[in-house]
Amino acid sequence: MAITKQMPETKVNSDLKFSKETYLRWYEMMQLMRKFEEKAGQLYGQQKIKGFCHLYIGQEACAAGAITALTKDDKWITAYRDHAHPLGLGTSPNAVMAELFAKSTGCSKGKGGSMHIFDKEVNFVGGHGIVGAQVPLGAGLAFAEKYNKTGNLCICYMGDGAVRQGAFHEALNMAMLWKLPVIFVIENNGYAMGTSVKRTSNVTELYKLGSAYDMPSEPVNAMRCEDVHEAVARAAERARAGEGPSLLEFRTYRYKGHSMSDPAKYRTKDELETYRNQDPIEVVRQTILENNFATEQDLEQIDARIKEQVLESVEFAEKSPYPTADELYKDIYAQQDYPYIQD
Amino acid sequence: MRTIQFREALREAMSEEMRRDQRVFLMGEEVAEYNGAYKVSQGMLDEFGAERIIDTPIAELGFAGIGVGAAMNGLRPIIEFMTFNFSLVAIDQVINSAAKIMSMSGGQYMAPMVFRGPTGSAGMLSSQHSQNFENWYANCPGLKVIVPSNPYDAKGLLKSAIRDEDPVIFMESEQMYGDKGEVPEEEYTIPIGVADVKRPGKDVTIVSFGKIMKVVLAAAEQLEKENISCEVIDLRTVRPIDYKTVLESVKKTNRLVVVEEAWPLASISSEIAFNVQHNAFDYLDAPVKRVTCRDVPLPYAPTLIEASLPNVERTVNAVKAVMYKK
Ligand SMILES: Cc1ncc(C[n+]2csc(CCOP(=O)(O)OP(=O)(O)O)c2C)c(N)n1
Ligand SMILES: [Mg+2]
Repeated sequence: MAITKQMPETKVNSDLKFSKETYLRWYEMMQLMRKFEEKAGQLYGQQKIKGFCHLYIGQEACAAGAITALTKDDKWITAYRDHAHPLGLGTSPNAVMAELFAKSTGCSKGKGGSMHIFDKEVNFVGGHGIVGAQVPLGAGLAFAEKYNKTGNLCICYMGDGAVRQGAFHEALNMAMLWKLPVIFVIENNGYAMGTSVKRTSNVTELYKLGSAYDMPSEPVNAMRCEDVHEAVARAAERARAGEGPSLLEFRTYRYKGHSMSDPAKYRTKDELETYRNQDPIEVVRQTILENNFATEQDLEQIDARIKEQVLESVEFAEKSPYPTADELYKDIYAQQDYPYIQD
Repeated sequence: MRTIQFREALREAMSEEMRRDQRVFLMGEEVAEYNGAYKVSQGMLDEFGAERIIDTPIAELGFAGIGVGAAMNGLRPIIEFMTFNFSLVAIDQVINSAAKIMSMSGGQYMAPMVFRGPTGSAGMLSSQHSQNFENWYANCPGLKVIVPSNPYDAKGLLKSAIRDEDPVIFMESEQMYGDKGEVPEEEYTIPIGVADVKRPGKDVTIVSFGKIMKVVLAAAEQLEKENISCEVIDLRTVRPIDYKTVLESVKKTNRLVVVEEAWPLASISSEIAFNVQHNAFDYLDAPVKRVTCRDVPLPYAPTLIEASLPNVERTVNAVKAVMYKK
C-alpha cells in the first residue's frame, strides 16, 4: 500500500518560519528519542528490558513538532508507545531507562514499565495500555482545564487502530459538544499490529472521522516537524480561544515492528525505505546545515553529548535496585491504612 | 500417544468443529492474516477462508456484540479476545447480552457461542495486562466458564464449548500455549462442569485450575518427598463448579487448600471454601487455606511479581499449615 502517496502537501512554505533555536531543539530532542530507543531495543535483545516494549523510531516528529508549539502547562497523554513524548518534554532519560529496567528509581517506581511512563513534573499523564482508553481520559484532562479556566489544553495521542474503538467516538462527540480544549492526535503509522488501516474501515483518511462531529480536522505530514508544529499551533489557538477540540491525523511510520516480538512481515522493504528516505531527523539535520544554523562538527558534538546521556541512563538503571517486596502494598490506595486481605 | 502444543490443541478443536458445522466461525483481532497474535489460529485462514476466519478492527465491544447477534440468529461464533484484559471493553455485551438474552426473552433467543483468549498474568506486563477474570465471569448466571490446564483438556473442552447451546467463556494463558501434552488423534470431547483428579492422594486436597495447576503439581511433587500425599483436583470448569468431586475428596483427606491466580475477594477460592464449610464442616480437621495473588494490581517489576503471584513455596506452606506441620 502506498501510504506515501497520501502524504498531504507541506503547508509550510520554503522561506523559513522557524528559528535556528527551534531547529536545534528539534534536532536534539529527536536525536535523544532515537538514540535512547535504539539503545532500549538493544537492551531488550539482551533481556535487560522485558515485557512489551514499543518503539517510536520514525515517528519522532509527531512529538517534537508538537512540543515546540505548546506551553509547559499543557497536558500530554498517549498510549503505550510512550518513551519519546516525556523525553522530549524533559523527563530525565535516567528515570525512563530505570523504568524500562523495572527499577525503583524509574519514573513509575518500576511498577509500570515501558507501557506506563508517567511524569507529573512535565505534565506527561501516561502511558496507557488499553487501546483507545486514553482518549476519554484526554478529554477529561481538558475538561478540568476548562472548568478551572486555566487557558491550558490537553494534547491526546492515539494510534490509527484506536480510532475504531467506541471510546474514541464517544469522547470526540462530547469534547465537541462541550468545546473542550483538547487536541486529538492520531499517529497514523499505517498499522495496528499487523493490520493495515485499509483493512479496518472504509474510512482510511482518518482525519475525516472528525467531520462526523463537526470537528475541525486535518491531515498532517508528520515526517516534518514544521508541519506538525503549525498544525498543533492552529489547533491550540482554537482550543485556547474557547472553540473546542481539533482532530489532527499525523501521517507517519514506525520503522520497527509493533513491539519487540513482531517480525513485521506484513509490509514491504520498499515501503519502509520510502519513509526512511524522509526521515524526520535527517530532514531537520539537512535544514540546519543548509542554513548554516550549525556545522557538522556542532551536530557531532550534540550527538556525542546525547550518546553520553543515554549511556549514563543505562548505567544509572543497571545500578539502581529493584523495588523491594514492601513496595507491593504502596501506591494502591490514598488511604494509608487500607485493610488489604492478607490471609 | 502423540504430543502437541496447547495452541495446536485449540486449533484442532476449532478446525474440527468448523469442518463439522458450517455455522461455526472465528472472529477477532489478528486471527486471520497474522495467524493469531499467539499463533493459535495459524493456517486457519488458508483452510476456511476469509468468510469464516475474520480479522476485526480493535473494536471489542462491537465485535463481541456482533458475535452475540449472530449467535441469536443461528450461527455459532467463536470470538477471540487477544487477551481477556481487553474483554473489559466488551464486557457489557458478554454480560448484558450473551448471558441474559435467554432469560430476558423467556427462552425465545439464545447465544450459543464461545468467547476465548488468554487470562491472567504473562510476565512483566504491569497491571492493565495482568488480570484474572475467571471469577468475574463465573459470577454471572447464564455463562459457563472453562479454564483448562493442559492440551488434552483444552481440546476436549473447547469442542464441547463450541457445541454447547449456551454462551461459554473459555480461558487460556500465553504461558501455556507452548506447553506440550498427549492428545489422541481420535476425536473426543470432555463434558463441561466435571473436575478431574490430576493426582490422587490422601493427606490434603488441593483444588486449582488453569495455568496455576503447574504450580500446584510442582508443589505436590515436592510435598511427596516430605511424605505428604496431596490429592490435586483440577476444576477445569469454574461455572458450573463440580462441588461433588471436591467434597468427596475433602471427606477423604479432611484438609483443603485452594490455589488460584486471581485476587482474593469474591474469588473461586472463597466460593469453594464457603461450599466446603457448608457441606462438609464436620469432616474438616483444619480451616481451609488458600493461596491467591496478593490483593494489589500486579506491577511490572519482577521482584514485586514474585512477591505477589502464587508459587510453589506459598502452596507448600499452605499445605503444611492445614496439616499443622512446620
Ligand atoms: C482494547 C485493546 N485491544 C487490544 C489490545 C492489544 N493491542 C495492543 S496495541 C494494538 C495495536 C494498536 O495499534 P495502533 O492504535 O495503530 O497504535 P500503534 O501501535 O501503531 O502505535 C493492539 C491490538 C489492547 N492493548 N487493547
Ligand atoms: Mg498504528
